[in-house]
Amino acid sequence: MATQVQTDGRFGEFGGRYVPETLVPALDELELALETALADPAFHAELNGMLQHYVGRPSTLCDAPRFSALVGAPVWLKREDLNHTGAHKINNALAQALLARRMGKRRIIAETGAGQHGVATATVCARLGLECVVYMGEEDMRRQALNVYRMRLMGATVVPVTAGTRTLKDATTEAIRDWVTTCPTSHYIIGSVVGPAPYPRMVRDFQAIIGREARAQMLERAGRLPRSVVACVGGGSNAMGIFHAFVADDAVELIGVEAAGHGLDSGEHSASLTRGTPGVLHGALSYLLQDEHGQVHPAHSISAGLDYPGVGPEHSYLKDSGRATYVSVTDAEALGGFALLGRLEGIIPALETAHAVAWISSQRGRWGADEPVLLCISGRGDKDVAQVSESGALPG
Amino acid sequence: MLTARFDALRAKGRRALVCYATAGHPDPVRSVELWQALEDAGADVLEVGVPFSDPMADGPVIQASSQTALTHGVHLDGALELVARAQLGIPVVLFSYLNPLLAAGPGVLRRAADAGVHGVLVTDLPLGSDPAREAWLGEGPLDFVRLVAPTTPRGRMEAIARHGRGFVYLISRLGVTGVSDTLPEDLPQTIATLRGVCTLPICVGFGISRPEHARTVGAHADGIVVGSAIVRAADTSVAAAAALAGGLRRALDEQSA
Repeated sequence: MATQVQTDGRFGEFGGRYVPETLVPALDELELALETALADPAFHAELNGMLQHYVGRPSTLCDAPRFSALVGAPVWLKREDLNHTGAHKINNALAQALLARRMGKRRIIAETGAGQHGVATATVCARLGLECVVYMGEEDMRRQALNVYRMRLMGATVVPVTAGTRTLKDATTEAIRDWVTTCPTSHYIIGSVVGPAPYPRMVRDFQAIIGREARAQMLERAGRLPRSVVACVGGGSNAMGIFHAFVADDAVELIGVEAAGHGLDSGEHSASLTRGTPGVLHGALSYLLQDEHGQVHPAHSISAGLDYPGVGPEHSYLKDSGRATYVSVTDAEALGGFALLGRLEGIIPALETAHAVAWISSQRGRWGADEPVLLCISGRGDKDVAQVSESGALPG
Repeated sequence: MLTARFDALRAKGRRALVCYATAGHPDPVRSVELWQALEDAGADVLEVGVPFSDPMADGPVIQASSQTALTHGVHLDGALELVARAQLGIPVVLFSYLNPLLAAGPGVLRRAADAGVHGVLVTDLPLGSDPAREAWLGEGPLDFVRLVAPTTPRGRMEAIARHGRGFVYLISRLGVTGVSDTLPEDLPQTIATLRGVCTLPICVGFGISRPEHARTVGAHADGIVVGSAIVRAADTSVAAAAALAGGLRRALDEQSA
């Protein structure tokens, strides 16, 4: 048996490498480059230096007195919204761009939904002098026009995707098509813990700094580990990033909040873990919104970043093993969370993050006064203000 | 039946014309007429594309045909019904993404064989990616046809060839399916490398649409696969697609003669 025949990169049965043959050698090359980089102190030194001075890490852990009073338990906010570009996405984009440069690949491809990953990638490409092409669904370009402008301002090419539902799923498919065509010279920076191996593990490891910092900060500030860690889940990279450091802490509950859109029974939602079944999309086996014929069902969420019918394979594993719990919140409830955190704490969260805020606020009395809750503020809401204001859903 | 077909061609010194068509495109009725017309025009093997919502290895032409077929409600089992209805005399290879096959359940390979399918090709299940599912496909009633890409190293080509049945599908160039003006210059070299490690017939696809492509590839490979060009012609008419296939047939036969 040839040594090339192998299985790799699975979380239980989930994950894998379900890709066209053309990409297999590119993924092998990436895996090798990643291993080499991770074993090289110079890579870590450069990455950590830029995370500190360019991104602004460590991000703070912030108390939330008025929100905590409402919930009835101390809620701590891990402030990824304070990173350069306003979300956690840059942790991964920066690390992968440095990796691409080490691999001699000077053209970067990315997909984006809300535009936060696209902006983060355009940003680091500008900083490192790399060419940047971002695929974005036409519908998302409309919803997130400001982010499109930001990417173009930093020299990126934003390619509108008009196929299918014109959202994140179709942008990802189009980015993969580009990569199949250009893989010898391009690196594809996937923005979430999805895609073929080694992406889900690599993106998790590059985002795990969120949880490592938060765990130490909780011990220092709260004097104990949180009772629960809560994060929103679309593809699931901020959630995996904050969960990972706590997976071995059995007493810490891990809770992912999915987008229930117009309601779980409306057929218009993005709750892959809550309502999906295992299937293969974008190179990995994971929970997926699909019909009985194996056709992928269009997702819906008010937040472009959660509007995705799949989810990272490690979340599927954490769900089936019972280590993490996944709940869901509707568009309307998320809007409530968006307004609530602004009013109570002076922090306007991204609509994605607002799902996690809304779920916690719906659980008053669930935690005791001595049971701290750690909430990942994955991004700031500036990008969503225009959309929410135009919708008239909230009083201005 | 695939092996018998290729053996017969080899005995006559002829090259195989493999035609791809998406099941249910342009609509279910004309889809069957198209396949029959392709057989009459001299196709040796028919690849039947299973419509999928997210065809990441396909270019715009096949994407659109897949979407059209889905709007006609044609899924995997619908594709099998059309194959059964077509009553073709040439071998049929199902060309699918993995997810529709998984959703159809473990009995789908038997149902496909009963409908008149002889082989199966899966775009997103490369060698070594999922041994259990590869074994399911490889040990079932259909010939499991494997793909080789221009990026595939020689050692891996050898392993792929050893695990394949029927023929090996060599992807001519980087990228997704679609029509090209020219063929990659190093294609004869890639074919020669694969030939050195492979006893199965080699058919070359992606970007092959013109008689001169057929002649060039036919000089080195055992067959050509024509997909997007056929699908695009079928958007005009069944007759146009058949005429295209007929022209490629003649070009291949001139090459063989």
